[in-house]
Amino acid sequence: MYYNALGERVSRRRYREMLAAAKNRRELIAAGLHNRRDLFKMGLLTGTGMLVAKHGLSSRAWAQPFQQGTPNLCAGAGLPASPPTRSFVVPLPIMPVAQTVASLSPAPTIAPNTGAGEVRAAPHQAPALGFPFPPPKLYRFTQQAIQVSQSPDLPLQTIWGFNDGFNATSPGPTYVAHYGTPQLTRNINALPPVTQNGGFGMPSVTTHLHNAHNPSESDGNPCDFYEIGHFCDQYYPNVLAGFNSDHQPNGDINESLSTLWYHDHRVDFTSQNTYKGLVGYYLLFNQFDTGDETTGFRLPSFPQFDVPLVFADKVYDPVSHQLAFDLFSLDGIMGDKFLVNGQIQPFFQVQPRRYRFRLLDTGPSRFFEFFLTDLNNLGATNPFWVIGNDGNLLPAPVQVQSVRIGVAERVDIIIDFSQFAGKTVYLENRLNQLNGMGPVNAGQCTDANGNPVPTMLPAGQGNLLLQFQVRGGGAPDGSADPRTQTFYQLPSTNATPRITRTFKFDRLNGQWSVNGQFMDCHTFRFQVQQNSVENWILTNATGDWTHPVHIHLEEHQILSRNRQPPPLAIERSRKDVTQLHPNERVLLFFRFRDWLGKYPIHCHNVVHEDHAMMGLWHVQAVGDNVLVP
Amino acid sequence: MSLAGLASFAGVAGAAGGLAAAGTAAAPEAAPSPRERIRRLYFPNVALRTQDDQPVRFYDDLLKDKAVTINFFFARCEEICPLVTANLAKVQKLLGDRVGRDLFMYSISLKPEQDTPARLKAYAEMHGARPGWTFLTGAPADVELLRRSLGFTNPSAKVDKDLNQHIGNVRYGNEPLMLWAACPGQASAEWIVESVSWVIHPEAKPAMSQG
Repeated sequence: MYYNALGERVSRRRYREMLAAAKNRRELIAAGLHNRRDLFKMGLLTGTGMLVAKHGLSSRAWAQPFQQGTPNLCAGAGLPASPPTRSFVVPLPIMPVAQTVASLSPAPTIAPNTGAGEVRAAPHQAPALGFPFPPPKLYRFTQQAIQVSQSPDLPLQTIWGFNDGFNATSPGPTYVAHYGTPQLTRNINALPPVTQNGGFGMPSVTTHLHNAHNPSESDGNPCDFYEIGHFCDQYYPNVLAGFNSDHQPNGDINESLSTLWYHDHRVDFTSQNTYKGLVGYYLLFNQFDTGDETTGFRLPSFPQFDVPLVFADKVYDPVSHQLAFDLFSLDGIMGDKFLVNGQIQPFFQVQPRRYRFRLLDTGPSRFFEFFLTDLNNLGATNPFWVIGNDGNLLPAPVQVQSVRIGVAERVDIIIDFSQFAGKTVYLENRLNQLNGMGPVNAGQCTDANGNPVPTMLPAGQGNLLLQFQVRGGGAPDGSADPRTQTFYQLPSTNATPRITRTFKFDRLNGQWSVNGQFMDCHTFRFQVQQNSVENWILTNATGDWTHPVHIHLEEHQILSRNRQPPPLAIERSRKDVTQLHPNERVLLFFRFRDWLGKYPIHCHNVVHEDHAMMGLWHVQAVGDNVLVP
Repeated sequence: MSLAGLASFAGVAGAAGGLAAAGTAAAPEAAPSPRERIRRLYFPNVALRTQDDQPVRFYDDLLKDKAVTINFFFARCEEICPLVTANLAKVQKLLGDRVGRDLFMYSISLKPEQDTPARLKAYAEMHGARPGWTFLTGAPADVELLRRSLGFTNPSAKVDKDLNQHIGNVRYGNEPLMLWAACPGQASAEWIVESVSWVIHPEAKPAMSQG
């Protein structure tokens, strides 16, 4: 039986026509049957190079004659596209601020309270250091199924989200945290039994706070998952790196983090669980990044002018109109519906002044390159400012025309809407990506008609993600001009490393390996010495694949890409996710400080991660000398 | 492409006003259940033959209502198959008689023209495979459809054709519970056993506790 988008039965022939129509927007335009504005309103994205939207779901090489002999990056997918949805008819959801609770019952204990159902790998480290315990701020987060509307043109979706006792949302409530104020979250697994998972999702979780400087037992390690009815108390000290080592007692101010996120990290099922909604933001403020534009660095005030944005691309089954996940992809998943804060293509009303946006790519696999686009002036470049990379404020704002992020990377930007007063502009992704391997490389791909497929789509022909309606005015903008701002200094990278390790990422018969070995939860590949410096060389031997590589516990700095300083100004920064491009060699600088215990290194294309592109290491009092772990 | 096909989209645009209220567009009636949808997308019910030359249907006989492991190999493969098969033999040994009762292991030939049931049987015996682990062959077109449906492919058509670069992952899953994952065939046997046990009894043990 076949149905159209309104739920009416249609003949099989008509259904196939619908699929063909959804797949080939260009034909619709060429046939002149709809003008661009109508297609636009119908949520059918326009333009050339829409092989991604055309093919939706998976990157697997289904039999397609024109792909014989084409390079890897060009293979599109084959499953039908999502039902049409209208764009820019629903306002941008703003996640509520997470609210504390007065107490937890049973009260948190230093050792895991296994009798009460707690699952934690080790006792809390922090008390031994004299940290205040119990902590001043308590949160009780329940992971549960929720019913949400992701578009007015789709039925309610049952996804997984976080409930702080006041609001149950996906993305989850936004933590507003402050350096110097520790907190503890009781994370409770109240997900439905797996028989009710709707086709994907494993109700067994471990929540990682990416990329806090956290003790291992509270880090949400992939191997520390727990089942329904269990919980884990995670202690977030909100402390600067170095507090118990090289910058006692308060840590190094230049290691301040601003924009973090939390998400499920369950080994082998991370992609399913994050796709199903287990993500959220965590903002860290201090005396400089204050949230008040009249103080400190004078960044736009939170929450009105400082807006966290969660980007994700997803697919909806054309028959059931339910969120669908490609269970059998090894390469990566490309969605054809673009969500911001859990809503497909919303609009956001802004005043003609500066705003800070925190951009997060939750994947599953796509790289985004964000541009500010005025559809009535496609030739204009519309620069904006990047102020932070992976949640770390840069030494000073960098003006850009666009910014690219991969899965799990964050970028904080300032957009000044005063030049657009009364107008409507868009945050647009113009990066062309056909499958989970990475963005299209220039000159490598041709489409079915033999035309070259570009890496960058022309202005207005990419994915219009978020519409800004610039209205109102008159109220003063108290935030500082980015041209005059400076933030933190980069910590020095002159220190001689105790050891330099090499990590070769490879793909052997579809199996991801790190130095030829495979992930498992019981093998520690190497041992880092507490409070030491290391250099890590990451090499990509996987051919055409690009990998956003993430290391827990500490931020790093990129010393070189292929033996040259990183070319992009915004990469002169502290980061915790570094894109490893095809055939590239990247040299990273780390200080590992303060905390002990196990942490992973892994690719954050969550589909690669689940097929084990990961390895565990740990920090101990004495480190080892394994150069090729 | 006919106007009739487009009319359904015009219907969406025209009804825009009526649908403006919060997200309650009616779901299509009688859409397949999630489990049925997965079956349709990924599990063609192709005819195969086991190493005992028994005819079986992939979904009906091998997958339905079961927890399984699936991998692809061929008897003459000298690259990774010896390692992966030996690993799986260890997995079977560690799981003992749960294989054939709680879990069913399947290895499917990538060279079905060469790998007759008799050859599969010899291969299975050589590696010490015991009952509960089935080796399968069939018509080349059917096996190829299965391989693509289950995602044992490479995005490059050229690499995908090279049998020496075939996918070495082991897919594991629980069909009725719609739980599917995969791990490298060369991961440690103990780790494969642990991973697989998550889907045999998903409500089972809590996380490992170690520093």
